[in-house]
Amino acid sequence: QGKFTLLRDTRTDGSFLVHHFLSFYLRAGCKVCFVALLQSFSHYSIVAQKLGVNLAAAKEQGQLVFLEGLKSCLDLLFGKEEQPEEPSPLQFLSSWSVSCSGSTCDLRALFDFVRLSLTPRGPDSWKGPVLLVDDLSVLLSLGAAPVAVLDFIHYCRVSVCCQLQGNVVVLVHSSEDSEDEENELVVNSLCHHSDLILWAEGLATGFCKDVHGQMKIIRRLSLRQAGEQDLVQIYQYKIQDRNVTFFARGLSAAVL
Amino acid sequence: LVFTEEDKYNLYSNLLFKYFLAEGVVCGHDLFVASAKEHPENILKELPAPLLDDTCGKELGDEAAAVKSEDFQDSMKIAWRYQNLPKMETSPTTYTKFGHYYDLSKKMSPELCQSVKWHSFYLHEELSFEPKMKAWNMNSGYARLLQSIQRIISQEGFDGSDPQKKQRNVLRIGIQSLGSILWGDDVCCSDTPADPHSLTKFLYVLRGLLRKSLSACIITVPAHLIQNKAIMERVTNLSDMVVGLESFIGSERETNPLYKDYHGLVHVHQIPRLNSLICDVSDTKDLAFRLKRKLFTIERLHLPPDLSDTVSRASKQELAASAKLLSSGCGATGKRHLDF
Repeated sequence: QGKFTLLRDTRTDGSFLVHHFLSFYLRAGCKVCFVALLQSFSHYSIVAQKLGVNLAAAKEQGQLVFLEGLKSCLDLLFGKEEQPEEPSPLQFLSSWSVSCSGSTCDLRALFDFVRLSLTPRGPDSWKGPVLLVDDLSVLLSLGAAPVAVLDFIHYCRVSVCCQLQGNVVVLVHSSEDSEDEENELVVNSLCHHSDLILWAEGLATGFCKDVHGQMKIIRRLSLRQAGEQDLVQIYQYKIQDRNVTFFARGLSAAVL
Repeated sequence: LVFTEEDKYNLYSNLLFKYFLAEGVVCGHDLFVASAKEHPENILKELPAPLLDDTCGKELGDEAAAVKSEDFQDSMKIAWRYQNLPKMETSPTTYTKFGHYYDLSKKMSPELCQSVKWHSFYLHEELSFEPKMKAWNMNSGYARLLQSIQRIISQEGFDGSDPQKKQRNVLRIGIQSLGSILWGDDVCCSDTPADPHSLTKFLYVLRGLLRKSLSACIITVPAHLIQNKAIMERVTNLSDMVVGLESFIGSERETNPLYKDYHGLVHVHQIPRLNSLICDVSDTKDLAFRLKRKLFTIERLHLPPDLSDTVSRASKQELAASAKLLSSGCGATGKRHLDF
């Protein structure tokens, strides 16, 4: 409860973790707000079906609030001229919105959307709220300043983790020799504030058919208790059609 | 969304672009061609003619037959352990018939071109932008292109908005040399462009349009001109498939004996992972391309046997360095020579 998990990938695609957490929390009966910025609803829906969860049904019942970034963006840019009743969560993309203060556009509208969808209105049978973001690096590509992104995450943490006792899971891309300084700034900052970091990396030795990558699990015990060391575990993994198998380093099924 | 990094002189990536469009014509898809460099009509006139089934099959069949006959004649005597490994397939065999083959020496006939509906967007012929788009915070050329694409998609019903339409078709979009100075974007000229987010915003909106409709898009970008590598990383994240073409013209690799049969390398940086947890990864990542008189082929790069007598140390080092570059799938560390 009240945990901030950071999903990080380097030189590989860590989106399988997003699919896992989505189906995990939905199966556990939590109310999930999913900010999906990079892929369409049908993509997640099809993968979730393979993992045994029906996204459309969850959306109908109100368990899942799905913000499809691509669709919202299109509605905003190609939509009608008149202002809709409620401002779009992605309105930082256009300079129409009056809430854009001065020269920097902040992600306040996005945060309001998240807060509104996760705050329980009336009796709810769902367990703790969860915010899932895929992925945060896209916000930088769309013109948000790194500080704005960090503020957004900070507000989300305060609201979801502390006030509502929920969890936040965020996916970011990063790389050690990346030239994208803004992205690295955001990722490093988030690393310092996370309770749990799941870091998927491509193998340093190159491409391999049987081992798709390496996963570092870092439990940041030093955050909660002074003097404690962070616990680091490393596993390797192979992604299959319906699940992911983890094994200790060097002990892949192909080798044994 | 297929993102192609152009080679230096834009010879080979243009070929890929034309192949994509030609395939669209042969399959009966609608086309949308956008360019700031040459008029789309001219591009369409230059498409290669499709090879008729029997001639193509015969050509490839001849090659395959010749290779096979050598195979059965002598079994290996020294390296007999390798006998049981499958023979290295460098080019696609006749069994895998996916798509069509094209003859580069002939142009596509005008009747075939006219048989599909095509739309064009030539930047310099478009009217100046409308005031509504000022709110987009994007380069005006890109904004106009997006508007044009969206208009075609909704008018022609590619997004399923018109239930009356009898059969659904696919729209193939080709955008040439995006990001170059001709589009009004200085991302290729300076390290700190005036609007670094234009290109990425454009790609994001394009991605949304593609996801919402029955369309596929290929974009070629002069990536070697983009100084700001951060933008390239973001662009890679936003695309489904990223392919880079590196030609050997004018580089030191032209004379490297390792590459003597080929004209360039193909780098597949990213493959689409749509609707599933995994993607279809091929077992080799070293691909090279070759431009024969009629065909443009992409093959696996394999080292030729080292048969020369005069193998000096210097060339061996070079080969080793390039071999190291080949096998590291992620992030090659260059060899650093200490020159005195």
